[in-house]
Amino acid sequence: MFYIHCPYCDEHREEEEFHPKGQAHIVRPADPENCTDEEWGDYLFFRDNPRGIHHELWVHALGCRKFFNITRNTVTYEIYETYKVGEQPSVTAERLAAKEKQSGVQVADGGWQTVGARPESLDLNASNEEERA
Amino acid sequence: MTQSNRLQQGGRIDRSRVLNFTFNGKTYQGHAGDTLASALLANGIDVVNRSFKYSRPRGIVAAGAEEPNAVVQLGQAEAAQVPNVRATQQALYDGLNARSTNGWPNVQRDVMSWVGKLGGGFMPPGFYYKTFMAPASMWMTYEKYIRKGAGLGRVPGENDPDIYDHMNQHCDVLVIGAGPAGLVAALTAANSGARVILADEQEEMGGSLLDSRETLNGAPASEWVEKALGELAGMDNVTLLARTTANGYHDHNFVTLHERRTEHLADTAPLANGRRQARSRLHRVRAAQVVLATGAHERPLVYANNDVPGNLLAGAVSTYIHRYAVVPGNKLVLSTSNDHAYRAALDWADAGREVVAIVDVRANPDGDLVKEAQSKGIRLITGSAVIEGKGANRVTGARVAKIDIDRFAVTGQVEELVCDTIASSGGYSPVVHLASHTGSRPTWRDDILGFVPGKVTGMTPAGGAQGVYILADVLHDGAQAGMQATQASGIDTVAELALPQTDSSRESPACALYQVPHEKPTLRAPKQFVDLQNDVTAAGIDVATKEGFESIEHVKRYTAMGFGTDQGKLGNINGMAIAARLLERSIPEVGTTVFRPNYTPVTFGAIVGRHAGELFDPERYTALHQWHVEHGAEFEDVGQWKRPWYFPQRRRAEDGERWETMHEAVARECLAVRNGVGILDASTLGKIDIQGPDAREFLGRVYTNKWAKLAPGRVRYGLMCKDDGMLMDDGTTSCLGENHFLMTTTTGGAAAVLEWLELWHQTEWPELEVYFTSVTDHWATMTVTGPDARKLLSEITDIDLDRDTFKFMDWRNGKVADVPARVFRISFTGELSFEINVQANYAMHVWKTLFEHGEKYDLTPYGTETMHVLRAEKGLIIAGQDTDGSVTPEDLGMQWAIGYDKPFSWIGKRALARTDTARQDRKQLVGLKPTDPRVVLEEGAQIVFDKDQAIPMDMQGHVTSSYYSPTLESGFALAVVKGGQERMGQKVYLPMPGGMTHEAEIVSTVFIDPKGERQNV
Amino acid sequence: MSDTTYGNVATFDTRPDMAIPRESPLSVAYHRGSVPAPSRDGQVLLEEKPFLGHLILRGGAIVLDEALREVLGINLPGRPLGLALDESGECSVQWMSPDEWLVIVPGGEEFELENRLRSKLGEAHFAIVNVSGGQTLVELSGEKARDVLMKSVPYDVHPQNFPVGKAVSTVFAKASAILRRPAEDRWELVLRRSFADYGYRWLLDAGEEFGIGVKR
Repeated sequence: MFYIHCPYCDEHREEEEFHPKGQAHIVRPADPENCTDEEWGDYLFFRDNPRGIHHELWVHALGCRKFFNITRNTVTYEIYETYKVGEQPSVTAERLAAKEKQSGVQVADGGWQTVGARPESLDLNASNEEERA
Repeated sequence: MTQSNRLQQGGRIDRSRVLNFTFNGKTYQGHAGDTLASALLANGIDVVNRSFKYSRPRGIVAAGAEEPNAVVQLGQAEAAQVPNVRATQQALYDGLNARSTNGWPNVQRDVMSWVGKLGGGFMPPGFYYKTFMAPASMWMTYEKYIRKGAGLGRVPGENDPDIYDHMNQHCDVLVIGAGPAGLVAALTAANSGARVILADEQEEMGGSLLDSRETLNGAPASEWVEKALGELAGMDNVTLLARTTANGYHDHNFVTLHERRTEHLADTAPLANGRRQARSRLHRVRAAQVVLATGAHERPLVYANNDVPGNLLAGAVSTYIHRYAVVPGNKLVLSTSNDHAYRAALDWADAGREVVAIVDVRANPDGDLVKEAQSKGIRLITGSAVIEGKGANRVTGARVAKIDIDRFAVTGQVEELVCDTIASSGGYSPVVHLASHTGSRPTWRDDILGFVPGKVTGMTPAGGAQGVYILADVLHDGAQAGMQATQASGIDTVAELALPQTDSSRESPACALYQVPHEKPTLRAPKQFVDLQNDVTAAGIDVATKEGFESIEHVKRYTAMGFGTDQGKLGNINGMAIAARLLERSIPEVGTTVFRPNYTPVTFGAIVGRHAGELFDPERYTALHQWHVEHGAEFEDVGQWKRPWYFPQRRRAEDGERWETMHEAVARECLAVRNGVGILDASTLGKIDIQGPDAREFLGRVYTNKWAKLAPGRVRYGLMCKDDGMLMDDGTTSCLGENHFLMTTTTGGAAAVLEWLELWHQTEWPELEVYFTSVTDHWATMTVTGPDARKLLSEITDIDLDRDTFKFMDWRNGKVADVPARVFRISFTGELSFEINVQANYAMHVWKTLFEHGEKYDLTPYGTETMHVLRAEKGLIIAGQDTDGSVTPEDLGMQWAIGYDKPFSWIGKRALARTDTARQDRKQLVGLKPTDPRVVLEEGAQIVFDKDQAIPMDMQGHVTSSYYSPTLESGFALAVVKGGQERMGQKVYLPMPGGMTHEAEIVSTVFIDPKGERQNV
Repeated sequence: MSDTTYGNVATFDTRPDMAIPRESPLSVAYHRGSVPAPSRDGQVLLEEKPFLGHLILRGGAIVLDEALREVLGINLPGRPLGLALDESGECSVQWMSPDEWLVIVPGGEEFELENRLRSKLGEAHFAIVNVSGGQTLVELSGEKARDVLMKSVPYDVHPQNFPVGKAVSTVFAKASAILRRPAEDRWELVLRRSFADYGYRWLLDAGEEFGIGVKR
């Protein structure tokens, strides 16, 4: 259960009041008729599924009914910021990685559920991913 | 029966209050303040259960939530049955009735015990998987008997008479655990003005201070507890929740607390002030900060026959003596790896019973408690451990020997001590479970030989929960945590708390010991239990690692270690340590498995709260609901709405007067509409008021058809697609003014359509000046339809209903039954129809007036079933029934409602030109007429072209709507069929389960009045 | 006349000009007879304020504020979650979203108010929608009113977080509701008509242990 800051109501609200609406910043092509099928298909169907920082569109469905964006870590579920439609995120994967590299903090790897697992276990996880890819 | 193990003095029980209780059919006595476990021990009950797999007799091991064995079924009446209750957490009340969960037919003589006697070779780890999985079809048969034999408790066969509820809580600081660290943290936060919730799972708050030998400010620690609790209780900003377990720690400091409000009083909740009260309450807490003061669980040592009743945790022995004045035996042997456990022997000796020996694995322990034991003349055997317990239904002796931990070997002569109780302690494991729920990883610390909680945003661990065990340090740590949490919650000035004075004490370092070596190798030694609840042994883990299961997650699943309702609170660390030794790795390298909510089992009632029975889900009513109820409507759930499904009437039949069947009622209602006049409550349709200079432009973008020229007073039907070109919703939209429209949506689509409009307006076209507002509930809508509709309505309206001035797809303002109304001449039945909209508060009057005047026309109320038949006869679709998100307007043959040449590329347009949507052989909407008119095809039935094709047949489509038409006197259906629009007149086949195949002909979707003349009369 | 057009928008007075029997959203509950009488030891009192005038105002805050002050004498609450009342307490304006307000006035005054606002606002971009039939106002008072709310809404109703003059739209049981605090000793719930019976049943159930009574 997330606790989400609505940038319009300007306070935190329970997740129950919100609906998630998928990846943020998907822009409808300005001239759909001149898109190729592939371009149109990309717009319609293809979304990022990152491990880590993700920008998502949410709506305060049971509150002020306004749409807004959330920058969220899909591993830790930490919400870094919420911002209004039309605004750009201040926290991005690139910026955070640079910052964490600088401060020597390890970026969360997530996924593997064993706590304190030996490194081989992580490799196992990684190789599974390669297989899938 | 006497309470043979009860001390004459001491304890926190009330000896003046005698409580009778029943265990496995026999009646015993205990006292107020007892737990079921302490009362059983007081009465000398050794065997409380049979083990899960080997059916070995088991006794009480612990005194708290970590108890693996004493799991009982509670409740006298069938409806009050509660499975899965830990006797150590259940307060005793008069009339309590408990039974062992395991053991069939009873714990003393168990039909499954032969399995256990045959020994481990018969049921190795993975036994169930290996033995019963093949053939797979037999598993269900085996499983039934295994479950009955194993016994996992049973659910009540009758409805729970109790009520439950939820409470949403918010606080600055939630302190979990009211031991020394938690109390100090709560006091610190509360004194600083923070909103504090202090929750503790035990009957009494105070934690380890309630069974401590130590003093605070020179007085027994429990006195300080009383004072601290009194202080907290007097503060407005503090909520004290006793008997409340923090069971789940979820995202962003959302914690669920399960408060057992009346479980300590009776089987079912007694009335309070003459009113019902909730038996359990789930607090849904959103805390700015959490202080985790959950303490630590003692780890038992793993030695042979460590499961025989009479084997207890050292700390549990102290708890039973101090809190309940119960000494669970006469002759004690203590086996320990640390100083702290010496308390058990000292308490035992103070209670006047014999301590046979303290067996300490360390060569030279010399802490204060060790010295105290020596000064009392207790025999101390160092460098040694209990390697095996003796006895069957109760410990009769302990085999003790010198051991070498590094070589994992017994190195000296074995001495057998006569005793009836073996207490053991292998150190302490901080209770990291809650922190681990959040996904944070516990960290191993060699200095405390345990995992401590990982980092969680907004959480501060305190005291035993992070491996701080010396009382003075615990208090200090609690104060620090309280201060830190208070500040982090946004309160700057934190009042410093004067901490109570503690006794000074010195402990010698503990030693890492988990499994105790035996003379025989692990695989041949008597069973050394790791997980008592799931009968996982050290040998089992040995086998698992030998068979190649190296990840602790695999070991867990292979052996079932930690799978029990106790989640392996006692066994997991020992199991990991054993796996680590066998795999020649360190414990942090092996890692631990993940703990998940809930920490202890939670009764379903508490999870459900008051969302049960008639409050299970919202029921939405229209303004005419009361009339429908009074007129015998059967209701259908449409989303959350209760809509009249049909209105059965009494009818005379050969067998006397009876209620109509649904089929009869629907046939009557259909014919009434086709031949006379019917009325439908259509209030559930979604209605959206749209205002603004760009309203028209907006409609043009979200609908497939054209809106540029719709004049005020006119209505148009529109299709709404998603941008993938698939139909999403449909409905009529009326032009109320040049910049003002009223959109209707399907009943189920109302909220989604409004959100959809807002989505496009807010994210893509904010420059368009338009506002959307839901008016669904403001208007009540009544559809008067049938050849007599005009005659009826004209009697009570001032609106000119002339067919040429008030045309089909017009709307007019006026009064109906003296109430201002908007009347729409639209039709969902194919008949002449007027949809009357009035403000909902006045709807009942209008509806009743219509019936007063409608009597002479035999005005017939009809429900959703008749509505479906009538609309399907006209080929009118229902979005969401005839479409499923994969159907385009073209697939529906509704090219007439597509504005291909509109200037703006409306939502869904581009997608219609994609190669897949432009395919000729897409599934297209058609009508189906069964060759046998008596057949009503099944909705969802698959359609094939070649009825003789071998399975798997090529499925060419499916039925989307199917009814019996009393007008056609035949079954009929709508369906989607590949290339269907080009297949008119062709025969298709619908193979049914059971071998029958129906035949049907592809026909037009419009079955009645293809020219649409009836709605235009 | 019930039919007026301001510019390009049709307004419509939905109230009859004669006495017509009407039924509030809680009428089903009243018919059912589930109306516990207030008792001496009851700690929660529920009272429906039916048939009030409810208008939704959409538009820019500055334009609406000016019109509202002039027409209704109430300052538009410009800050999120604000609730402003006139001196009598009978008229209120509630912030719903950055471009949406709920105005509640005594029953029967809504149409005239709408017309006056429309003439005042002229050609500005705004919307006014009458929703009087679609929702009802339920008042909760008594020392345990807040406890009943804690059982019903996930929103924090502690006075520190919910002072007088605040109003929120939030989850109510498994539906939604507007929750307002017009005075120290009173809470108001605005329930959608179709959910009102569910909400009422929920409140009675949650208030049972506090001896909830219904004032009619």
